[in-house]
Amino acid sequence: MAACSIEDVLAKAEQDEAEKLKSITVQKELDLEFDIGNLVAYDKNRIDIRQFREQKKDDFLRSLARDNTQLLINEIWKHPTERVEEVIVVKLPEPTTALPREKPPPKPRPPTKWEEFAKLKGIQKKKKTNLVWDDVAKEWKRRWGYKRVNDGTKEWLIEVPETADPNEDQFAKRNKAKKEKVAKNELHRLRNIARAQKIKVPGVGLTPTAQQSTTDLIRAVNVAKVSTASAGKFQDRLPKEKAPRNTGKKRKFQPVIGNFSNEKQRQLDLLKVMDSKKPRLDVNKAVNKQMREDDREESAAKFRKGGKKGRKGGNFSGKGKGGSGKGKGGGSKGRAGGKGQGPPGGKKGAGKR
Amino acid sequence: MRPLTDDETKTMFEKLSKYIGENIKLLVDRPDGTYCFRLHNDRVYYISEKILKLATNISRDKLVSVGTCFGKFTKTIKFRLHITALDFLAPYAKFKVWVKPGQEQSFLYGNHVLKSGLGRITENTNQYQGVVVYSMADVPLGFGVAAKSTQECRRVDPMSIVVFHQADIGEFIRCEDTLT
Repeated sequence: MAACSIEDVLAKAEQDEAEKLKSITVQKELDLEFDIGNLVAYDKNRIDIRQFREQKKDDFLRSLARDNTQLLINEIWKHPTERVEEVIVVKLPEPTTALPREKPPPKPRPPTKWEEFAKLKGIQKKKKTNLVWDDVAKEWKRRWGYKRVNDGTKEWLIEVPETADPNEDQFAKRNKAKKEKVAKNELHRLRNIARAQKIKVPGVGLTPTAQQSTTDLIRAVNVAKVSTASAGKFQDRLPKEKAPRNTGKKRKFQPVIGNFSNEKQRQLDLLKVMDSKKPRLDVNKAVNKQMREDDREESAAKFRKGGKKGRKGGNFSGKGKGGSGKGKGGGSKGRAGGKGQGPPGGKKGAGKR
Repeated sequence: MRPLTDDETKTMFEKLSKYIGENIKLLVDRPDGTYCFRLHNDRVYYISEKILKLATNISRDKLVSVGTCFGKFTKTIKFRLHITALDFLAPYAKFKVWVKPGQEQSFLYGNHVLKSGLGRITENTNQYQGVVVYSMADVPLGFGVAAKSTQECRRVDPMSIVVFHQADIGEFIRCEDTLT
């Protein structure tokens, strides 16, 4: 019994292993078609319906898929490989399957004005060679572009025609004409593009930019306002619109020898404003007062202790009293000034009452 | 040369008022003639009207100095007072400091005034108040900023600074090239 069971187990194990290591070769009636670029394999073999019905459907499909994947991987391994950072990578060829478009195809460009005209007139495009033989330089030169054959701007000698002004610069004239031609060509090119994309271009003036900020709009309004015949002098303003005052860059100073009395008056007014804004230094006064009080207490304490030090304490207190009497400024001149102004002020007050 | 703008006048007056207080009025409004402030090459000059009218005849690049230079405006538009303004600050000064003869030379060489060199100081000087420095013979030596208030001056040790040096008349020799 044990022997039988052992045999059974071994046989089962062998079967399992055989199933796992199924051979990598697969037999198929028709060979698969591969598109390795897209990692695709097309299997055109007929499916045996009887076999499909006999087995479990899942198992049949799984074995079919397994076989086809094996063939696909076999095919992939046939291609050249390389090693990228310790990983073996296969270089895929170009995909052969034509995938449909994602987006609709682009519409054909509408013909330019010249193309329309050429079609109307029946003008054919003549293919011209790029290089032209130049007899003067005895070499092949371009028909157009860098170092071309007929470069009008690079002439070293220009004959002045009889009808032209002798003081006119012919070379400058040619350069200017060239620039104008280039500009005209560019303008036509852009117009063609605008017509093709149905963008509206104004005849005169600038095209408006997409999004303008508030400052840009304000600037535009100010510029437009000044762009009248009388430089915006008679332009009305909206009810709540403010006058633009900082458009100019130049600073304006008073003249060197202006009105002296005006200047003096302005400075005196400024001083008056400054005085009114100055706070009365209460903090410092309070701190100093406190310190004086402390000194006085100290000296009083020392006086109580001994008679000699009393004199010093008395002196201190005298100075302290004198200091606290005045509001601000201890200078003699300041005091004199204050005294002088006092009585006249008082008299004035009396007169008013 | 041009007159000062309002902002510049304000900055300058604020600086001056630190030393002479309200007496700036006496500089602006003088009984003995019209004097005015003019700006030339960032420096402020205090000139009488007569001299000003003569000075307008000299071209800007050739003009070096007019009247009395009070100070200059720095690149960041701060006003810096020069020693040449001492003649006008000294008579109107509100807070004065007298320096002992021994320390006089030290101050004239550009050092700060220490407590040991302090002779007298006006009563009620606040800390960081602009002061004019005198010698014991009442000769104005320069100006500075009080580092300590009068009360504090009494109780500090002799080696501490009581007046920060800002300008002294020794600069006439030391800084000859830069003074206009």
